[in-house]
Amino acid sequence: MEQFYGYFLYLISLATMGGIYAILTLGLNIQWGFTGLFNVGIAGFFAIGAYVSAILTTAPSIRHLGGYQMPYAVSFIAAMLVSACIAWAVGKVCLRLRTDYLAIATIGIAEIFRLILKNETWATNGPRGVSMIPKPFETLPEPWNQLCFLALVILTVFVIYLALEVAHKSPWGRVMTAIRENEIAAKAAGKNVERFRMQGFIFGCMLMALAGAYTAHYLKFIDPNATEPLTTTFLVWVMLIVGGSANNRGAVLGAFAMWTVWSASEILASRLPDELAIRTAYIRIFLIGFVLQIFLQKYPKGFLSETRPHPRAARTPGYSEPE
Amino acid sequence: MLTIKNLNKNFGGLQAVRNCSFEIQEGSITGLIGPNGAGKTTTFNMIAGEERPTSGRIMFEGQEISGLPTYEMFHRGIVRTFQIPHEFSKMTVLENLMVVPPEQPGESIIKNWIARGAVMRREKEIQERAEESLEFLSISHLWNQEAGNLSGGQKKLLELGRTMMADAKLVLLDEPGAGVNPTLLMKIRDMIARLRSDRGYTFCVIEHDMDMIASLCDPVIVMAEGTVLTQGNMNDIRSNPEVLEAYLGGGEVQ
Repeated sequence: MEQFYGYFLYLISLATMGGIYAILTLGLNIQWGFTGLFNVGIAGFFAIGAYVSAILTTAPSIRHLGGYQMPYAVSFIAAMLVSACIAWAVGKVCLRLRTDYLAIATIGIAEIFRLILKNETWATNGPRGVSMIPKPFETLPEPWNQLCFLALVILTVFVIYLALEVAHKSPWGRVMTAIRENEIAAKAAGKNVERFRMQGFIFGCMLMALAGAYTAHYLKFIDPNATEPLTTTFLVWVMLIVGGSANNRGAVLGAFAMWTVWSASEILASRLPDELAIRTAYIRIFLIGFVLQIFLQKYPKGFLSETRPHPRAARTPGYSEPE
Repeated sequence: MLTIKNLNKNFGGLQAVRNCSFEIQEGSITGLIGPNGAGKTTTFNMIAGEERPTSGRIMFEGQEISGLPTYEMFHRGIVRTFQIPHEFSKMTVLENLMVVPPEQPGESIIKNWIARGAVMRREKEIQERAEESLEFLSISHLWNQEAGNLSGGQKKLLELGRTMMADAKLVLLDEPGAGVNPTLLMKIRDMIARLRSDRGYTFCVIEHDMDMIASLCDPVIVMAEGTVLTQGNMNDIRSNPEVLEAYLGGGEVQ
């Protein structure tokens, strides 16, 4: 019985982290899937969200900035707003760059954030990180606290998913598609391409910050290592590519599926003989790369590819044949 | 309506347009002709806001507009087409037109969440207008095709359709007849004439087909080596020795 209870808790944590990754992947989907922005600095915006929310909610501590003890709703919104402001500033400088240059610029920016978090010890406690971060519902008895947090995450994913589905099918989504298809024509059609790009970038970064905030509260601890590019940038990209870029359902599916693989690979790697065990970290990365390779052979566009609803004719199709 | 004064555009050492000045009268169909490399398209690009003039002024309806971005020009009523068609290839023909009209509140992401009603109402108007435009262009049977699958001529019509979806005042057509068969060419010509009389658009047309220019455009502006060589009606231009020289290096325009 106790063993099953353990499995049960494991499943909850699996779903919770999967949900948090789904938020990240949906954020990236706005940027890459809808707008075509190659953001490789996900970890940076994730970190901003995590630290802002952590600092705003923790009890006073001599080790880091804090003691504001704000309610969660305020800290989550603040995390997103701070991220939006920084995204705006980054976007002003970088969004004119073409795809590959934008990628390089965002890698650099994420690294700058990480170094700031590591070195500005007065605010972030440096490499030792911020601990004792409060967690929503933690006063409830086990397992209800875990279940409630999971419900919060799933509800968030669901709301974001619905909002993005509406956006994707809307005139806004149509303009986004048009810009990706043919930027010159989109400009000739009177669209302010830079503004639309900026919107996509900012919205995506806000979701990444929210995911960062959730992670900080979920783990009750955040340090600069939690924002390393492997787990927060690379993994998110794999999730989106596997699930299907420009498809919200694909993004969510990819997040849960790849998180399960990633998490299971930890168990698998722990069963390895001792001489291999020290290499588990590398084996897991290899495994993810391997899954990606196999998968892309079979589904080059991801598991679910982009679907946009085309408008139906209000009149009868073919109503006037050419002479 | 549109006045260009001493317009210059340099690309590095190359002077694409130099000291170019002309005027487009409201309600006219002004032809813009000249040999390849005369700076016609560069001039268009500057009027449409895709390129910034190196120096000089562009005045539209009495206001200085040189150097404004494309979307700003669009909202003032200057719309252009391209020599090589630019379509949204994975979108349907109908969507290609529906994406154009301004003042769709649904182009703000947030209004799609909080003001569905207004978005859908405008969407209905836009679709109505797009379907009318497709009928006008007689390509309504293609409404549900992906634009990338259209023939060259059909893409040209789609380009024209895009200008019909904007609230255009001045339409810049960059070789609407290039690579188009003679029958369709005549149709396009008639459409341009009808758009002028029915909707009051002013046109400026770059074209190499002299019959089309002769039957459609008055006045005609001739550009050569980045500047205006002469202008007037087609008969004057045909007999102007300078034009012959520029076009053919001597000889005769048919």
